[in-house]
Amino acid sequence: MATSTHEGPAPHPPTTAREGPAAIGLEGVVKTYRSGQETVAAVRGIDLAVHQGEFFSLLGPSGCGKTTTMRMIAGFEEPTSGTVRLAGRDVTGVPPDRRDVNMVFQSYALFPHMSVADNVAFGLRRKNVPKDEVRRRVGEALDLVELSGLHRRRPGRLSGGQQQRVALARALVNRPGALLLDEPLGALDLKLRQAMQIELKRIQREVGITFVYVTHDQSEALTMSDRIAVMNEGVVEQLGPPAQIYERPASRFVAGFIGTSNLLSGTVTTGVGEYARVEFDGIGHVLVRTDQTSGSAVDVTVRPEKVHIGADEPAPGMSRLRGTVGEVVYLGASTHYTVVLANGAEVVVFRQNSSDASNAAERGDQVWLSWRPDHSYALPR
Amino acid sequence: MTTTRTPAAEARAGDPARRRPRRRIDWGRLFTWAVLAWLFTPVAGMIVFSFNDIAGRQNVTWQGFTLKWYGQAFAYPDLNAALLTTVAVGVLTMLIAGVTGSLLGLALGRHRFHGRGATNLVMFAAICAPEVVLGAALLSLFLTTDVTTGFVTIVIAHVMFTISFVAITVRARVMTLDPRLEEAARDLGAGPWTTFRLVTLPMLFPAVMAGGLLALALSVDDFIITSFVGGETTTFPLWIWGSTRVGIPPQVNVMGTLIFAVGVLLAIVNIVLARRRS
Repeated sequence: MATSTHEGPAPHPPTTAREGPAAIGLEGVVKTYRSGQETVAAVRGIDLAVHQGEFFSLLGPSGCGKTTTMRMIAGFEEPTSGTVRLAGRDVTGVPPDRRDVNMVFQSYALFPHMSVADNVAFGLRRKNVPKDEVRRRVGEALDLVELSGLHRRRPGRLSGGQQQRVALARALVNRPGALLLDEPLGALDLKLRQAMQIELKRIQREVGITFVYVTHDQSEALTMSDRIAVMNEGVVEQLGPPAQIYERPASRFVAGFIGTSNLLSGTVTTGVGEYARVEFDGIGHVLVRTDQTSGSAVDVTVRPEKVHIGADEPAPGMSRLRGTVGEVVYLGASTHYTVVLANGAEVVVFRQNSSDASNAAERGDQVWLSWRPDHSYALPR
Repeated sequence: MTTTRTPAAEARAGDPARRRPRRRIDWGRLFTWAVLAWLFTPVAGMIVFSFNDIAGRQNVTWQGFTLKWYGQAFAYPDLNAALLTTVAVGVLTMLIAGVTGSLLGLALGRHRFHGRGATNLVMFAAICAPEVVLGAALLSLFLTTDVTTGFVTIVIAHVMFTISFVAITVRARVMTLDPRLEEAARDLGAGPWTTFRLVTLPMLFPAVMAGGLLALALSVDDFIITSFVGGETTTFPLWIWGSTRVGIPPQVNVMGTLIFAVGVLLAIVNIVLARRRS
């Protein structure tokens, strides 16, 4: 298990290049729980910096430590060791009511005995904001989430999507240094969720507040985020912008968790310029960019939509493998092929059903698979 | 009643000769009414006999309707004093057991602490133990510690045996309460006390109210424990018990009816409040 953060050659400037301190900084944060005799580590050492005004996602499967990490930022949990900083200030040990962050809970946690307006005004009233200003800002916040006119309603009488918006308004109205969102769209149905994703991104652009978004839904993270930290088993596996996470997964876990990846096991033999030659057992070889030395065992990964499938021999310079078409699944906009290679390995190929393209292959056909060497990477095994 | 109708049953239902409505006994409904009758017949008897036009104190056979006992409800000064004592003890018990029992219930439902299991056990024991045992034990405690029995010892005893009921009622509510609500309040800048005042307490209020009313009802009702620790002080139930030898005057029925009416009223208020909140 890699414990370091992989930050590849990102088009993003490193943290230190930004002016001012990071909105949120985690330094060597560890969180362990006692469970009977055992000590269970939820977070095993995280270092990261969330920039001002950024939409930052913590992405990972359940139990990866993303929610614990967020709760430590909010102040509901204290790290076992390490430091939490908000806008440069060390807030480790500071209770949640004295931290300049607000949270949107997965269950919304709206106060059922208060009206929508009282819910939204709760934070402002705690800060003794004058009455007129409270009324004005509550109105603005409800306008922002498009809930004007529901001031007097009780949360219990709102739909799930509306409750979600109230929760968002209740947090945003305080103009926190950062907004923490814990799987806020998890309880909504797919259509509403997709609409809210775009909505959230719009709101974030409008208010310019730093968003930290916890989710296990990779498409949600890819859609909205400026940067994503992919977490697994209490560590950050990879941190970078969505395109980089998707195109250049830094580990087997990331490659498998984000989208669909083909992983082909092979061995690095020789270097060819800036490429290395990876030899597969019984099915040939490909060229990939890698920093792995010769002799090391690697997984070559290539995304299904980057693979070309066809009967004709590929152009020179392309990575190529030969196989037999197994399953063909027609999905309207695209067709998914499963191609079985001579050594039994399977490669998944996505092909757009564009107007000019006829069926590329049928079940049982012998086909060539090809892709540009730049589209595949070797991951250490 | 929902039944799946087969095509054959449909055909039969369509046949006019067979379409005689068959009356079926709804056992659930019957049983409900039987239980309600079982519960309320004695109460109804008490209310009816508060309107009984009798001469003297033997209020056992129906003599005719009158409202005169309501006019003379407070004709026995010692009965009035007993009722006043009962109300005073009841209200004090409600307040003391209501507050401490609620806090106990909150602690038991929300926090893990040393002695939590023991507290649960003691509470359970206090509910289970026969009242005669509790009463006798309390009396011997008061005698050995040289405490004069009377009003104060009645209140102490009543708080002691009602507090568990309040705690259990509130604990049940606390366990269904989403802890995220309190976290949300903290997150929005409320300190621990403000969070309790603005979020926790309003959410628990129906249970606190129910627990308090339960304590009041149990206290007003209690005869056995009170008879042990009452000393010279007489409560309403004790006075009735004492007067059985000479006959229970209809004033007792009148007061009983009034107490019942107040109880029903409080219950209704609690239900209405709970509905409004949810």
